[in-house]
Amino acid sequence: MIPTMPRVCFTPNLHKLVDVHEYEVAGSTIAQALEDVFSRQPTLQSYIVDDQKRLRRHINVFVDGELIRGAHPLNTEIRPESEIYIMQALSGG
Amino acid sequence: MSEELYVGTRKGLFILEQNEEDWSIKRHEFPGEPVSMIMPDPRDGMLYAALTHGHFGAKLHRSADSGESWEECGLPTYPETAETESVVAETTGEKPKGDSLEEIWAMEPGSGSRLWAGTIPGGLFYSDDQGTNWQLVESLWNDPQRPQWMGGGKDHAGLHSICVDPRNPDRITVAVSVGGVWQTNDGGTSWDLIGEGLRAEYMPPDQASSLLMQDPHLLVHCPASPDHMWIQHHNGIFRSENGGLNWSEITDVDPAVFGFAVAVHPDKPDLAWFVPAIKDETRIPFQGEFVVTRTQDGGKSFDKLTSGLPQNNAFDIVYRHALAVDPIGTTLAMGSTTGNLWISQNSGDDWKSISNHLPPVYCLKFNPTRN
Repeated sequence: MIPTMPRVCFTPNLHKLVDVHEYEVAGSTIAQALEDVFSRQPTLQSYIVDDQKRLRRHINVFVDGELIRGAHPLNTEIRPESEIYIMQALSGG
Repeated sequence: MSEELYVGTRKGLFILEQNEEDWSIKRHEFPGEPVSMIMPDPRDGMLYAALTHGHFGAKLHRSADSGESWEECGLPTYPETAETESVVAETTGEKPKGDSLEEIWAMEPGSGSRLWAGTIPGGLFYSDDQGTNWQLVESLWNDPQRPQWMGGGKDHAGLHSICVDPRNPDRITVAVSVGGVWQTNDGGTSWDLIGEGLRAEYMPPDQASSLLMQDPHLLVHCPASPDHMWIQHHNGIFRSENGGLNWSEITDVDPAVFGFAVAVHPDKPDLAWFVPAIKDETRIPFQGEFVVTRTQDGGKSFDKLTSGLPQNNAFDIVYRHALAVDPIGTTLAMGSTTGNLWISQNSGDDWKSISNHLPPVYCLKFNPTRN
């Protein structure tokens, strides 16, 4: 059996601001997956989380097609085959 | 003579160049992104642009080639609280606290290679490596009175004015909306809350003279005579002749003393410009007449400058960083919330419209190395 790892993808709006691509990551929570991505692309960190490492207010995270809600979305557990999709909320003008 | 002007707007940075009497837009950088501050550094030619992405937070970029190419710098960041030391800490389920950078609202060169930045929430930061790394001035941040600062037009208090004394760069005066005027004489090791004579009419009467509750919209000093300072304040215009310790209020100004912006001549401390509006509740020009006021005698009298400015149905507001005077002191630039950009090349007597179609203008600065 081919081992799988969670994957993290980013909204196209972010691609114009930071050099990001799709990442295969280690970790069993969204937080751990993001830590892995940030270690490879440090510039990205401040675009996704704020000074206090909170998910930015206008950033949404989907895991396997489901929008993650709640007070601590980064705690959400992920599976080895999960796809995490980071997108910006549809706000602003 | 060929000047250069940087205009930060809600939808990017515009770089304008002067050719003879004409000004034209030469470049548009960061299209679509709010530019909250721009700082051309006269010491090394580096150009800094602070962005405020709607979704992705505040960022800082620098350009070594006058805006042709950019690289992202480091950022001022606030101290992490103990329970949020890392992303993983969120797994504890404790509610995160602590401040997060919303906007870089001021940038000024300091001594040596030092850069200063003022932020929302109200913090003062410095960098000694062209913005790669930033340190919080903890002496000001930890002042017991700082938690009483409060938001004015923004949710949090913001530090928008940084005046570095050219005679002694360890003497720095900053202004906070809403948090008064603060001064250090030792490069930021210790701070004094100053500003006797400022008056806050929005406070309960017995609090009106509280130094802490003052809302200076912008603080400027005359570079050639730094003890002479001007404040465009929430409810008035104030002038200091002793480096900000004491202020006198100037009340007789037609059409108003309310506004956001003030500029002072680089060599003549008595010569300053303001952009008035109906106070607070409405924040629009009087009777649709958009004017600039100018004093040449330290506030004893004011000229109402109208030539080239719209005098009917004008609703332009000029934000605090959107009026600038060039290093010579004769050319002025001004951008408004309705996307108008004007330049005067005779000290404000006559204005010429450069564009009527820009996004809302947040800030503008002349290139100090070009004139």
